Amino acid sequence: MSWIDIGALDDIPSQGARVVKTAQGCVAVFRTVDDQVFALDDRCPHKGGPLSEGIVHGHSVTCPLHNWVFDMSSGEAQGADDGMVRTYPAKIEGGRVLLDAAKLTAPRAA
Amino acid sequence: MAQKLVVIGAGMASGRMLEHLFEEAPGAYDVTLFNAEPRGNYNRIMLSPVLSGEKTYEEIVTHDAAWYDANHVTCRFGERVTGIDRAAKVVLGENGPVSYDKLVIATGSNPFIIPLPGHQLSGVVAYRDLEDTNAMIAAANAGGRAVVIGGGLLGLEAAAGLQMRGMDVTVVHIMGHLMERQLDPSAGYLLQKALEARGIKVMCKADSQEILGEDGRVKALLLKDGTELPCDILVMAVGIRPNTLLGKEAGLATGRGIHVDDAMVTSDADILSLGECVEHNGQIFGLVAPLYDQAKIAAKTLIGEAAIYVPREVSTKLKVTGCDLFSAGDFAEAEGREDIVFRDPGRGVYKRLVLEGDKLVGAVIYGDTTDGNWFFGLIKDGTDISEMRDTLIFGPNFQGGASSDPLAAVAALPPEAEICGCNGVCKGQIVAAIQAGATTLDAVKAETKASASCGTCANLVEQVMALTLGDVFERPTVQPMCKCTDHSHEDVRLLIKSKELKSMPAVMQELGWKTPDGCHSCRPALNYYLLADWPLEYKDDRQARFVNERNHANIQKDGTYSVVPRIWGGVTTAAELRAIADAADKYDVPMLKFTGGQRIDLLGVKKEDLPAMWADLNDAGLVSGHAYTKGLRTVKTCVGTEFCRFGTQDSTGLGIRLEKHLWGSWTPHKLKLAVTGCPRNCAEATCKDIGIVCVDSGYQIHVGGAAGMEVKETQLLTTVATEDEVMEIVSAFTQLYRENARYLHRIYKWLDKVGLEWTREQVVDDLENRRALAERFEISQSVYRTDPWAEHAKPSERAKWGPIADLTIAEAAE
Ligand SMILES: Cc1cc2nc3c(=O)[nH]c(=O)nc-3n(C[C@H](O)[C@H](O)[C@H](O)COP(=O)(O)OP(=O)(O)OC[C@H]3O[C@@H](n4cnc5c(N)ncnc54)[C@H](O)[C@@H]3O)c2cc1C
Ligand code: HEM
Ligand code: SF4
Ligand code: SF4
Ligand code: FES
Repeated sequence: MSWIDIGALDDIPSQGARVVKTAQGCVAVFRTVDDQVFALDDRCPHKGGPLSEGIVHGHSVTCPLHNWVFDMSSGEAQGADDGMVRTYPAKIEGGRVLLDAAKLTAPRAA
Repeated sequence: MAQKLVVIGAGMASGRMLEHLFEEAPGAYDVTLFNAEPRGNYNRIMLSPVLSGEKTYEEIVTHDAAWYDANHVTCRFGERVTGIDRAAKVVLGENGPVSYDKLVIATGSNPFIIPLPGHQLSGVVAYRDLEDTNAMIAAANAGGRAVVIGGGLLGLEAAAGLQMRGMDVTVVHIMGHLMERQLDPSAGYLLQKALEARGIKVMCKADSQEILGEDGRVKALLLKDGTELPCDILVMAVGIRPNTLLGKEAGLATGRGIHVDDAMVTSDADILSLGECVEHNGQIFGLVAPLYDQAKIAAKTLIGEAAIYVPREVSTKLKVTGCDLFSAGDFAEAEGREDIVFRDPGRGVYKRLVLEGDKLVGAVIYGDTTDGNWFFGLIKDGTDISEMRDTLIFGPNFQGGASSDPLAAVAALPPEAEICGCNGVCKGQIVAAIQAGATTLDAVKAETKASASCGTCANLVEQVMALTLGDVFERPTVQPMCKCTDHSHEDVRLLIKSKELKSMPAVMQELGWKTPDGCHSCRPALNYYLLADWPLEYKDDRQARFVNERNHANIQKDGTYSVVPRIWGGVTTAAELRAIADAADKYDVPMLKFTGGQRIDLLGVKKEDLPAMWADLNDAGLVSGHAYTKGLRTVKTCVGTEFCRFGTQDSTGLGIRLEKHLWGSWTPHKLKLAVTGCPRNCAEATCKDIGIVCVDSGYQIHVGGAAGMEVKETQLLTTVATEDEVMEIVSAFTQLYRENARYLHRIYKWLDKVGLEWTREQVVDDLENRRALAERFEISQSVYRTDPWAEHAKPSERAKWGPIADLTIAEAAE
């Protein structure tokens, strides 16, 4: 893996998210209440809602448009809804947030 | 012949290393021990009991003169080492050089001092050694006030010690909850409560700006929000930095700490290092347990035995008598974890276990830490817990039985806690009535008047009955707020008030939430209840808000936003219209549309453009229209007596006055008003939440209309003669709705539950109550009658609205 530093953990609000722009689209980087980070495509598989704007609870995020709930570690929609968001390796080191650059720049299936 | 060993630093790590060395190879080395402090090894972690007066310094000395003597250690205490000459293999002490065959650097760490203006004033101390401790004891003996910056382990132990010595102590912590590195918000809340109960004041999210002094002595701490905290001593306990100076100057490889390998050897084969000054595989240290392991390895390396240091999990306890907390394992830097949460509000217990697959990786416990070490063992050993997953949280002695008790929160209420707010009935009175024979809700109602007015507390009364009568009482099932709790919205609202719960973690702990931080359904509701009930104490939590309210604009289906400036009463000016037109041009707004609320919607704005656009609109005097809130939206008006031949009153003027009074307020659901100048009703006032219809004799106040999926016509609340009365009744009615209704109920839905008649009693008939409600509305408005756009448009805030990183630029360059 080749880790790339995208910013300080403190730049992401706790229970919130920020967006990283890539050539293939936006990736949402979430920070949970227990200070873990998760990176997912910023596009809901339902109708394209920006997941980065959803409410973050536990290790899940709720899409702001129609309330689908995703487990951020697997990217899988919870409950009755059926769908999957792509996830990316993310970690914190010395207060900085790192994403796996190789995965980020790899072309994605639409 | 014995080799020469020089040790720099007589701290906890080197002391333990020397013990191992002398035990395993007595006489192998002639040891010279330097220490900057004018004393030998002592148990630094026990400085806290020395500070609090529970121990003396003599009791915490680990190695005395006799021990150094017996082991032929040349002690050079009170002498700082100023340099290392690696080529000559000589250490330079303040009083002269010593040569070495092997050298150990164990210089520990330095307390970090925030370079605030005034940090050199006398009376500003860190918390690291006996000198600091004695300075604090001296200050405490003189009495007065202390401020501690830093709500971590050290800061809190300092605060507790000073408080036990009789000082008036305030802890100032920049993060949202105490000990955030070891605890989650729920456990942090319980800790804060325990510290406050013993008289320590705690301020979280408090940012220090300057230390104020007088004649060279500290006088007060000034916070960024302007608060001044007077103090006679200021303790800074905000973290430590590895003390790498000697190593770095000698040219050893250093990062955050002095780099060591698995044998504790630095980049120079004859120099070892251990303790808080080292960095091992990217990790640095701040607790003694790993240092003791390092001491063992370093001793082995010195006598030529192969040994490998393996970092282990650490656990934390706070050494403050009466604060029972435990935290272990790693909560950060991994994916795919699952939580198990247990809360017992009655006993003030909170436990959270973090699982990864079939293993326990972390535990946070507050209140009952008896099982802490058992959990810690499971974490360290990586035990497969799949067999006991369901009962794991109850500890090793689980005998089976009930898990969380939905009645616990009500059971924990004291007899004087108010259950029925309308009639001022407390729990004790209800219990007494039940014990005197009232066994049905109607009987209790008749006896005590509890739940006899608006009825919101009926379910709580039934819970008191279930607790008092036991199984014979069959409680009707209630609809819980969401899957995180068994309580209904109504119960939660009432308990927030009667138990004085003023933060999200407080509610979740005291009411036994089943999740660590709620969900998208309960968090926005709790945020609203808390800010409505405690406007001055509770700070709005943006992260608990739905996107539109968090971003102060309406998100559209393509992820762009719409911007609706406030047009007071629907009346605008040419200058305002020009500013809106300019903004539309400047930010390429694809659609400009008139809303049904007499204002203009700029649709299709990109998120990162919002702050700049708001700043432009602010410059023209335009503020947020709150078209996105569960709060005041618009006050629609007709032209009334100003221009219309039928007008009976100045409906436009009254509409503007109402809007200026109500704007910015948060309500359970959206709140739309209209003022129409005569019963012809051009402003459509009779389908609004609150509608004013002007008549010759005055003003009719209508409430409870809506025109959504359901269309509701308003009901007449009352008719009054003057504008001032309209203002007061509308304020009071809005406040009653804010305080009483459940989140996401429009006024008409709320009226279906409590009845128009009850609200009329509260805000029309009972003048004193009307005034009190209007006053409480005004208190809340003193905080919320502001423009959120102006706040977010500040230059310092703007970057937060764009992406955190843009990798398209980097990729294009490759
Ligand atoms: C008040 C307090 C409470 C604590 N409570 C706990 C707890 O409950 N649990 C826990 O696990 N940990 C606790 N700690 C942390 C623990 O004390 C440290 O992790 C531990 O002391 C570090 O040991 P060390 O040998 O690396 O450094 P130290 O014990 O700091 O020793 C380093 C020594 O080197 C000397 N020195 C530095 N530079 C030079 C130089 N140039 N020349 C000569 N000498 C020098 C210093 O004077 C110092 O005496 C606490 C710390 C404090 C201050
Ligand atoms: C869940 C239900 C609803 C949704 C999702 C919804 C959505 C919207 C949206 C997207 C806007 C545009 C605001 C903007 O672009 O900034 C809007 C405005 C408006 N809506 Fe609704 N709406 C809902 C219910 C209602 C109801 C019940 C009514 C009538 C009682 C209503 C009346 C209006 C009016 C009058 C406006 C213009 C408001 C203004 O000027 O601020 N809407 N609504
Ligand atoms: S409501 Fe009456 S006063 Fe207002 S514009 Fe219509 S006719 Fe005129
Ligand atoms: S009426 Fe329906 S489609 Fe139109 S703005 Fe309202 S919610 Fe959207
Ligand atoms: S777009 Fe995410 S739930 Fe509809």
